[in-house]
Amino acid sequence: HRPSGYFTGFCNSPTMIVMVGLPARGKTYISKKLTRYLNWIGVPTKMFNVGQYRREAVKIYKNFEFFKPDNEEAMRILSLFTHILQACASAALKDVAVYFTKEQGQVAVFDATNTTRERRLIIISFAKERGYKVFFVESICDDPEIIAENIKQVKFGSPDYVDRDIEEANEDFIQRIECYKASYMPIDDDKDRKLSYIKIFDVGSRYLVNRVQDHIQSRIVYYLMNIHVTPRSIYLSRHGESELNLLGRIGGDSGLSPRGQKYANALAAFIKGQNISDLKVWTSHMRRTIQTAEALGVQYEQWKALNEIDAGVCEELTYEEIQENFPEEFALRDQDKYRYRYPKGESYEDLVHRLEPVIMELERQENVLVVCHQAIMRCLLAYFLDKPADELPYLRCPLHTVLKLTPVAYGCKVEPFFLNIEAVNTHRERPVVSFHKHTFVIIDTYLCQLLELWCITYLNGAPLLSSTCSECFAAAASLVLVRPAAYRG
Amino acid sequence: MTNCPTLIVTVGLPARGKTYISKKLTRYLNWIGVPTREFNVGQYRRECVKIYKSFEFFRPDNEEGLKIRRQCASAALNDVRQYLTEEGGQVAVFDATNTTRERRETIIQFAEQNGFKVFFVESVCEDPDVIQENIVVSLGSPDYTNCNTEEAVEDFMKRIKCYENSYETLDEVLDRDLSFIKIMDVGQRYLVNRVLDHIQSRIVYYLMNIHITPRSIYLCRHGESELNVKGRIGGDSGLTPRGKEFGKKLSNFIQSQGISDLKVWTSQMKRTIQTAEALNVPYEQWKVLNEIDAGVCEEMRYEEIQDNYPLEFALRDQDKYRYRYPKGESYEDLVQRLEPVIMELERQENVLVICHQAVMRCLLAYFLDKTAEELPYLKCPLHTVLKLTPVAYGCKVESISLNVDAVNTHRERPEVGITTYNHTTTQPQLMQQQLH
Repeated sequence: HRPSGYFTGFCNSPTMIVMVGLPARGKTYISKKLTRYLNWIGVPTKMFNVGQYRREAVKIYKNFEFFKPDNEEAMRILSLFTHILQACASAALKDVAVYFTKEQGQVAVFDATNTTRERRLIIISFAKERGYKVFFVESICDDPEIIAENIKQVKFGSPDYVDRDIEEANEDFIQRIECYKASYMPIDDDKDRKLSYIKIFDVGSRYLVNRVQDHIQSRIVYYLMNIHVTPRSIYLSRHGESELNLLGRIGGDSGLSPRGQKYANALAAFIKGQNISDLKVWTSHMRRTIQTAEALGVQYEQWKALNEIDAGVCEELTYEEIQENFPEEFALRDQDKYRYRYPKGESYEDLVHRLEPVIMELERQENVLVVCHQAIMRCLLAYFLDKPADELPYLRCPLHTVLKLTPVAYGCKVEPFFLNIEAVNTHRERPVVSFHKHTFVIIDTYLCQLLELWCITYLNGAPLLSSTCSECFAAAASLVLVRPAAYRG
Repeated sequence: MTNCPTLIVTVGLPARGKTYISKKLTRYLNWIGVPTREFNVGQYRRECVKIYKSFEFFRPDNEEGLKIRRQCASAALNDVRQYLTEEGGQVAVFDATNTTRERRETIIQFAEQNGFKVFFVESVCEDPDVIQENIVVSLGSPDYTNCNTEEAVEDFMKRIKCYENSYETLDEVLDRDLSFIKIMDVGQRYLVNRVLDHIQSRIVYYLMNIHITPRSIYLCRHGESELNVKGRIGGDSGLTPRGKEFGKKLSNFIQSQGISDLKVWTSQMKRTIQTAEALNVPYEQWKVLNEIDAGVCEEMRYEEIQDNYPLEFALRDQDKYRYRYPKGESYEDLVQRLEPVIMELERQENVLVICHQAVMRCLLAYFLDKTAEELPYLKCPLHTVLKLTPVAYGCKVESISLNVDAVNTHRERPEVGITTYNHTTTQPQLMQQQLH
């Protein structure tokens, strides 16, 4: 089975995304967000923040004097500092090379000011030597309000200012920017016309895009052009408890149970209480989310892409029935819940792919309430909270609980609101156990003897593993998949 | 998608690709389900001035000419208003030079009065080779039917000159409050200002992905499959011996085409993968190229569907495009999931797509600008390759049958009303199946 063709041509050259811009222009914000997005859609991406390297190198950060050019002593320190910075940038570039060659990285986001042509030329030749593509992202902003807001939002969390007074830190930071301004050479539309880049002006009111080379750069440009920084909140919730939920059956298209209906009403009251201006409401095409939204008494939009994961042949079965009828499938799913695809159904990986336009539109929008399903909500949540693929299928998204996500600084604040209406629990824990770098798969509800050496029991969804002999245990650890059917008796 | 209708306004000198972009954008938006129409002011002018004499008509000091051109623009805008307010249109593409700020201001006011959003698409190009190529396309216009090429080119160059002096390009300072994209040198560079909403964002993304490098797109279905010969729809079966034969012939055909750097795409179903394997080149699998999911009807024969789900069967014939199989998909759903494939096809150059009947119909409808009504009935027989080559404003199609027999899986559009299916007994040796 070959890798899926969701992203054509990206398996060729690795790409370096190089940020350019004065401090407090949102470079790190963009870097982190872009990295999060690319990882979520399945492109292995890592961020390299030169500031981090610098902090390591210069353990104690005194004050902006470090940066002032009109003082001889400081000039000497500045020149020393410049060397340190260069050394840090070099160290970061070395790590980029390691990430690409040894860690199967596909995209590296190089987050630093990179404000001089000289610096950028160093990066370009570094990349050229090794066959990496380079795409510059320059953020240009002269609006003092935006800059002040950026400084407030993120700098005060920075380790550089941990023990400082806010006023003083602000002053210091402004001075830091002034030092960079003197030598700032923006990307030149004429001299640099052969480079690939996007210039973002004033937080996205205008963009200049030059020489997009390939698919991944095109996707990056599209993403960058859709994100914004306007404060807003995203509310994620599942449908109210459904009839099939009560029966312990997965999938299907049933309506709400009485408690589910209660939840819908409670949700309506909750939303009213939140006093949100201009809230958009989205549901899937399935009855249980639509019925939930109906109780809100407002307009809502249905997205087929928000439908629950298709369990194929396992639709409307209970987990016990699946284990009975499809024991091998059941085991395979526990082995790699993210990539496992139900026969004639979907995987979480497929879900992420079909949810990408939803994420893109969520980025464009402001206040939105998404009424969806367990697997769907896990995928969306993983995007906002930067959870990796192996954690995604085990994120907790209980019924009758609204998650309010509010972007803050470089991440997302999550507030859960349980609306006090009881519901069944549909969450299945990750099965144990990782042992000797192999994962045991527990697939049988009966006590069984494997290789007459050890026992595995799996009772009521809580797997237990025991062995009387560590050697035998180790032998079993070399097996990836355990099939007790052959050994029953 | 949006409440407010959108007016897209092209800007640019003649021979900068405005009509090409207008037509392509209109085709794309209609395909994804946004009712769009283009209004080419040159067309209106041709209605008005029956016979085109010469470039003199376009001289800036030609009062008579100016008057007619203004009238034509007004007439076009009137039709725009009607389309967007009374005929359910969502987007109108106003295709004209619109090279002065004054003209654009008139349009902006018109839009404001009617509650339309405005998005400008400017094409700027100074590359003489590109302009030359474009002129050749423009010479296909009715204006030049009776001219020899040299005369026509000369006249056209003078026509362009008439606009050059008064050309006011969109400016990032003076026009900072407008929403626009400026396309420079056929897509080397873009300036994008104030994208207001989802549809504008999609339009920008699309415009940034299209190119004009010559290339061909090859569409074909998998070779004949086991389920095909049984007359069953869907499923995930392998190829019959004839299907494998097609794979071999396809390989020979592709080699004979001598294509540089051909990308090959398949779905994730056995029958397309097996077909691609015969080509002995790397290929990429797309799940979104999988055949339409027939839900509860998967692996049934049409007779069985009619027997077991007579109502569903009838409903499908009534509106084959929008009809969704229970627990399955509709053609409309297919188009949505195929959109990233179309976007990537636009980005790529030479590509062979090995897919399935319904999927191929959707892709073909995009390239040949077929409506939703026509789409589910497009003929896409097995063992036939369609070679699509962009030419002028559209697409040339060459149908190449690779001379390997196969069953016929095509069902014609039924006669008016609810049809009774004509049963035929199928014999194993039957080459053609009736009424499929």
